[in-house]
Amino acid sequence: MSKEKAFYFFTSIGNYTGEKAHSLEEFLEKVKEIDIKSLEFHLYRGDFERWIREVLGIRELAEKMDEIQKLNLKGETLRTLIYETGSKFLKE
Amino acid sequence: MKMKDGKVFLDDLDKKILEVLRDNARLTYTEIGKKLGVAHSTVYERIKKLEKNRVIKKYTAVFNADKLGFKPTLAIVTVYTDPKESEKIAEKLAKKRNVLEVLISLSEELLIIAKVIAEDQEKLHSFIANYIAPLPGVLRIRTSIITKKIKELDSALPVI
Repeated sequence: MSKEKAFYFFTSIGNYTGEKAHSLEEFLEKVKEIDIKSLEFHLYRGDFERWIREVLGIRELAEKMDEIQKLNLKGETLRTLIYETGSKFLKE
Repeated sequence: MKMKDGKVFLDDLDKKILEVLRDNARLTYTEIGKKLGVAHSTVYERIKKLEKNRVIKKYTAVFNADKLGFKPTLAIVTVYTDPKESEKIAEKLAKKRNVLEVLISLSEELLIIAKVIAEDQEKLHSFIANYIAPLPGVLRIRTSIITKKIKELDSALPVI
């Protein structure tokens, strides 16, 4: 995957954490440890859904991210749910 | 104005002319001469020399963004970089039209400080996420969105 298509983790507008992911596997590894603010920021902007749909081309998982977004969760519960959802997809 | 070892030395009249032009570059030679108490021909000769030696680089217009209904988002973007890549990153940023200034600072870490303008916060974020973050050598980025401007000089260089 090209650098331009990687997922870049921000905590708010313009504030890049220095972490990026080039694949779903790498993305899930980052999800485990990234600042929770970054997960909240991207999820509620629809960034995860868009990247998973448009770059990774995994519509089913993108839809799951959209569902998670609607739950309005925060903090570690959110982290766990994103991680578990992505991992489950990889194992299926 | 005198030249020595390739450097330009301005006398008091040159400096005064530059001050006047900085406030209003559309004044005629006669008007500038009247303001400074010298002949318009003197002003003409001085300005031509200043232009020839690139002390005066250009004459430009300063737009009033409010009148155009344009309320852009301005931000100071601090880019932490790998020192080996910082010059290249700075040069790439400098080529973008929406990057107004690019500065390099070496404090504890090597930083590039860029003043960026965008239509809105979303476009600003998109530029940072899609253009700056993927540049090789970018370690992390901190962005401060400017909410109020207290002072801005159209031309920052003090003449006197």
